[in-house]
Amino acid sequence: MKIDFAGKYKLWILISAVFILAGVLLIPIRGLNLGVDFAGGSFMYINVGQPYDVEELRDLVADKGIIATVAYAGVNNEDAVLRIRHMEGLDEKLDELKAAIQEKYGLEPGQFSVDTVGPVIGRELTMNAIWALIIASGLILVYIWFRFEFRSAVVAVLALVHDVMIMVATVSLLNIQINSPFVAVMLTIVGYSINDTIVVFDRIRENNKRFGRKMSKAEIVNKSTAETLTRSINTALTTLIVVVALYVFGVEAVREFAMPLMVGIIGGAYSSIFIAAPLWAVWDERSKKPRAETAA
Amino acid sequence: MRTKSAVKLSLVLVAIIILGYVALFGLQIGLYEIVPLGNEVRQGLDLRGGLYVVYEAQTEPGDPEADRQIDGAMRVMRNRLDGANQHEATIARQGERRIVVEIPGVDDPAELADILAEPAVLEFIGPEGDVIITGRDVSVAEPGFGDAQRAVVNFELHPEGAQKFADATTRYVGQAIRIVLDGVTISEPQVRDAILGGRGFIDGMENMEAATRLANLIESGALPVNLTQLETRTIGATLGANALEMGLLSGIVGIAIVLVFMLLFYRLPGLVANIGLIVYLLITMVIIVASQVTLTLPGIGGLILSVGMAVDANVIIFERIREELRLGKTIRVSVDTGFSKALSAILDGNVTTLIAAIVLYYYGTGPIQGFAITLIIGIGASMFTALIFTKFVMKNLINLNIYSNRLYGV
Repeated sequence: MKIDFAGKYKLWILISAVFILAGVLLIPIRGLNLGVDFAGGSFMYINVGQPYDVEELRDLVADKGIIATVAYAGVNNEDAVLRIRHMEGLDEKLDELKAAIQEKYGLEPGQFSVDTVGPVIGRELTMNAIWALIIASGLILVYIWFRFEFRSAVVAVLALVHDVMIMVATVSLLNIQINSPFVAVMLTIVGYSINDTIVVFDRIRENNKRFGRKMSKAEIVNKSTAETLTRSINTALTTLIVVVALYVFGVEAVREFAMPLMVGIIGGAYSSIFIAAPLWAVWDERSKKPRAETAA
Repeated sequence: MRTKSAVKLSLVLVAIIILGYVALFGLQIGLYEIVPLGNEVRQGLDLRGGLYVVYEAQTEPGDPEADRQIDGAMRVMRNRLDGANQHEATIARQGERRIVVEIPGVDDPAELADILAEPAVLEFIGPEGDVIITGRDVSVAEPGFGDAQRAVVNFELHPEGAQKFADATTRYVGQAIRIVLDGVTISEPQVRDAILGGRGFIDGMENMEAATRLANLIESGALPVNLTQLETRTIGATLGANALEMGLLSGIVGIAIVLVFMLLFYRLPGLVANIGLIVYLLITMVIIVASQVTLTLPGIGGLILSVGMAVDANVIIFERIREELRLGKTIRVSVDTGFSKALSAILDGNVTTLIAAIVLYYYGTGPIQGFAITLIIGIGASMFTALIFTKFVMKNLINLNIYSNRLYGV
């Protein structure tokens, strides 16, 4: 099986670009689905533990003057999720609501989880997330520069930016609610995907030493990517297996981060093979071209 | 050499089985007892249920008193928690002006969160608007029953306060004294006689519960600074237990599928990797228990994710060994070169992942830190198993003279 990884780089970038642009352009139109961690407000999870009518629950919520979206959750729709907008005196209203729901369905306090987050926290969380991503990328860039060369470092970090954008585009396109675990997921993918890229670069470094004089950079990239392809696929596959298991069996809070994690793993594997390595070859050949022309 | 390797391998295998058994079920030898690892793991609030609150102290920026005030507030909060029998609760400072309180397994979390943030400034105010005594003058406050079996708070004053109280009650016989808590009058008793003994009671309590609550607030003292609640998270105990169960189930299913995949794809080395994976899990769990890391829901996620990464190191090595075998090299040489050539990729890959995990730990709070910690522990443990354990087993396996490329999936 021969795939021209390096030669068709424009196609690979186009595929990603379309996806990322679609997702990012949607943000100013629909906005991101920010959870209470970012937007402030309250989140209530109730284990009703019996079949119930969500409309009745909505009526209860409206009775207390609370503005919220109410939805079924859990395996058999026996749980409920309430996302509540922040307002004055919300704490007391929530207490009343809880009491009313407990009475109606005969529930114990242990069957409720309530998160209330002030608007300050959301802003801080966003700033922290951005800083964490910049600092992690910077440190990784320095490390790869030190262990490989400057060009590899820049290309590898570009691939990371790509992965983060893919995840942002995905949550935007699918309208997935994001909370603080999403920040953790993005950084995890940054760490995971760089691992992928490095395995390919490690092989390029090795092949470049052995065949650098005989083969073009594009050929070296194609050879190295093909040689590490089984490993790339198997690793993505084994990691995907455990994350899919998390998604299938996990509770709501786990699913919230398992979903972007799945996308990130696939995006990370894609960017290592189709973005990072080809870009490295293209950059090398571009930087040599002017010299070749003047020589001719 | 063959027998020696066979003995070594058997010993390691037996050791793993014994350790695995002890970790799962515990062991009792005479007086000594080893508890199963699972029982020793410190569970986060999201798994056992409880209350997590972030308070912010309303101090002026650059106020030199702020540090002392926040420390004082934390002491008062500790008193109040002890008064409410929440001895397992933790109170921690976060950054400049924040206090994080975590209380496992409470029934009425919202109520408790409010009590903690109550300023509890108690004042006895005379008819002329003068402050007679404050909460600071009180040495003992406890709930009790007054006239007609109504709930009251009995209090005793320090000698100095007792003197002030005696003077005032002598002066105001026949008049009313207001007892004010945080600006709200809770009781307005008539002074019938001068109170000289430094003892008294506050009536007007709704019930015994309210009296107990007020007594605790008075005894714990007033907060030296006002607090606002920035973030409150309450997790129902039932929901927490459910999350733990589902987390474990997904872990077991995910790992089982990975074990089968590795065995089918890599044959004999796959089996070695699988044993390595079990060793990896043992090491990670022991480190988590030994270093008292709190396991949160995202932490379980991090753990399961690091399983995927632990497998990766083995995959890199085995792919290398296969390549060398395809070039027609002997198994012994292939395994040696496979390991040495895979080393740089594994090392560089793990160091960069470690960088991301450390940054995450530094910038994250609460459960996110739990995630970062398990990831860091996982990366360390996976490097150890792949580079030391798997290598040891593979080398000794070769000495058993099992020469068949089919066993290596070539």
